[in-house]
Amino acid sequence: MEDYKARGYITPEELAGKGLLPSIERLEKGPIAIAECPEEIPCNICKNVCPFNAIRMDRIYDIPRIDPDKCIGCGVCVPQCPGLAIFIVDLSKPGKALITLPYEFLPPPRKGLIVKLLDRTGRVIGEGRIVKVWSYDKTWAVTVEAPRDKYMEVRALWIPEK
Amino acid sequence: MPGSSYRIVEHPVISFKRGRRVVFYYNDRPVEAYIGETILAALYAAGYRVFSYSLDGKRPRGAFCMIGKCGSCLSIVDGVPNTRICIEPVREGVRVYRQEGLPTAPLSKNVVEPVEWEEAEADALIIGGGPAGLIAAKTLGELGLDVVVVDDQPRLGGQLVKQTHRFFGSREYWGGIRGYVIAEKLAREIMGMKNVRVILQGYAYGIYSDNRVGVAVRNPLKHVIVKPKMILAGTGACEKTLWFENNDLPGIMGAGGAQTLMNEYGVRPGDEALVIGSGNVGLIVTYQLLQAGVRVKGLAEIMDHIGGWFVHAAKIRRLGVEFYFKHTIIKAIGSDRVEKAVIAEMDENYQPIPGSEKVFDVDLVLLAVGLQPNYSLFSQAGAAMKYVPELGGLVPVRTWFMETSIPGLYVAGDSSGVEEATTAFIEGEIAALSIALRLGAGNRGVLIEKRRKLLDYLWKEYRQSPVVSRARMGKLKVTVSEEEMEKIRRGEA
Ligand code: SF4
Ligand code: SF4
Repeated sequence: MEDYKARGYITPEELAGKGLLPSIERLEKGPIAIAECPEEIPCNICKNVCPFNAIRMDRIYDIPRIDPDKCIGCGVCVPQCPGLAIFIVDLSKPGKALITLPYEFLPPPRKGLIVKLLDRTGRVIGEGRIVKVWSYDKTWAVTVEAPRDKYMEVRALWIPEK
Repeated sequence: MPGSSYRIVEHPVISFKRGRRVVFYYNDRPVEAYIGETILAALYAAGYRVFSYSLDGKRPRGAFCMIGKCGSCLSIVDGVPNTRICIEPVREGVRVYRQEGLPTAPLSKNVVEPVEWEEAEADALIIGGGPAGLIAAKTLGELGLDVVVVDDQPRLGGQLVKQTHRFFGSREYWGGIRGYVIAEKLAREIMGMKNVRVILQGYAYGIYSDNRVGVAVRNPLKHVIVKPKMILAGTGACEKTLWFENNDLPGIMGAGGAQTLMNEYGVRPGDEALVIGSGNVGLIVTYQLLQAGVRVKGLAEIMDHIGGWFVHAAKIRRLGVEFYFKHTIIKAIGSDRVEKAVIAEMDENYQPIPGSEKVFDVDLVLLAVGLQPNYSLFSQAGAAMKYVPELGGLVPVRTWFMETSIPGLYVAGDSSGVEEATTAFIEGEIAALSIALRLGAGNRGVLIEKRRKLLDYLWKEYRQSPVVSRARMGKLKVTVSEEEMEKIRRGEA
């Protein structure tokens, strides 16, 4: 049994070990998708919705692999992934990381809001400002500014109720 | 109690369309409800939690399955006892009483007044309007066949109506669309076909000689005898329960029951919850509880790892839901509803380790411990059955084309062995195409080719995924060739 199944979350090391992370050079060039979908589940929605053909998958249960040269980090796949497992990370701006996450809760996100940033275990690891929001079929894709060194940690956000 | 409202006003995904406001009476007290709700949903929204008592009158019982499969909510509705109020729509002024002990037989009403009676012929009868039945009705309806669809719920869709997440799988087979959206779309298409007749709140109670099927219909009461050429039964599955102290306390509910309340009727099933079982159902329901504004205090899993798909687990873990592996519930505490739940760590023999108990203050305990196929109609018809643990229980043996040992009786979806909605769609379509071929409808070559493609996708692609290998193994155990089935029919196998 894979360790992540005995934990309920995956670590950056495990993702790297499976070859699912882009290089730091690529991240510094501009936004790119990271699919944290390490199990061979029968799903290929991301491959089918990517307008740039950036996701390789031969059989329906292959693990999605993102081509760092083809993916432009457009985010189309983020709210359409049924597993809510795709994130966009962008390290091209100095001093910060831009992270795009799926979000399906209330209150709705708004540009400019300061939100809590959560890691893969739900721990609050900082705060960040929302810089962009859009939605597809009731799922928000929210881009937040996060501390640069937390780009591999921040994977959820929480908007405190007023 | 009455007064506080558990109705969800705003939800991140679902917009609840509530009908006209009405008032009905529960134990002679007025209760506010909206047309489209069931009696139980309205009572739950108003804060009621006890819906019946054990026959000795001592133990209160709450809502459990919410789809008319258990006996927790049997009540007296307008004088009729043993009515499952979880599937009984509210009506203005209806008088509902809680049942305590065995009810008195309603000698004055049902027995004396004759019930309207009708015989209906059809090319195909579809029993169950869930994913398998809906897709079959659409397929057969489009081929111009006369179809009757019977479902015991007040609306079509089966359990799709409470699936708010987007489906996995290929986009060709409904992947990427939310379950309830698929249900609405298919139901609309089917309702619009002149050659498809839909009977809701109809209970197909038995298959008789000459291929006659008895259907008891409520609201208005009617007895329909359908005489179809072919039958497809997609009767679905019901939730299993667990043995532990006080497992019948109100507030202990099947995971699907909570889904019905919060996703179909917009009623919050509780304030603070503990979930038992980390299969896909447990994981998905936990996420939906959070969306409905319920605090989830933990998820206990008896195995040492997640039972369902990782992505579903990651979704709730990153929102702070704690997993307790090798743990299960050993006790619930409360007087007439759950107030506390106790879980404990299990040793290698699945026995609780003393001292490992953890107590949670919760008013809701969801059991997501698996489903059991609804097999009674197949057994009653005399189909060859097999007990397959991988599929949740007793299921009919079938051919690759989904025909059981009773010629002309097909099976699809969870009643063929618990799997997923995606495979239910595919099985339903395979069965429908096989029925159409038998009846000589459509272009034979086209239908055969379509069926071949579906079979290939199902067996050579979808079910090849390692995460569904258990279900695949189960299905292989009960799927036989046409020749093998002939032998079974002759009593040789
Ligand atoms: S971010 Fe855009 S380009 Fe990259 S994989 Fe997703 S959809 Fe394709
Ligand atoms: S759409 Fe999401 S769940 Fe499906 S394969 Fe892609 S990353 Fe995995």
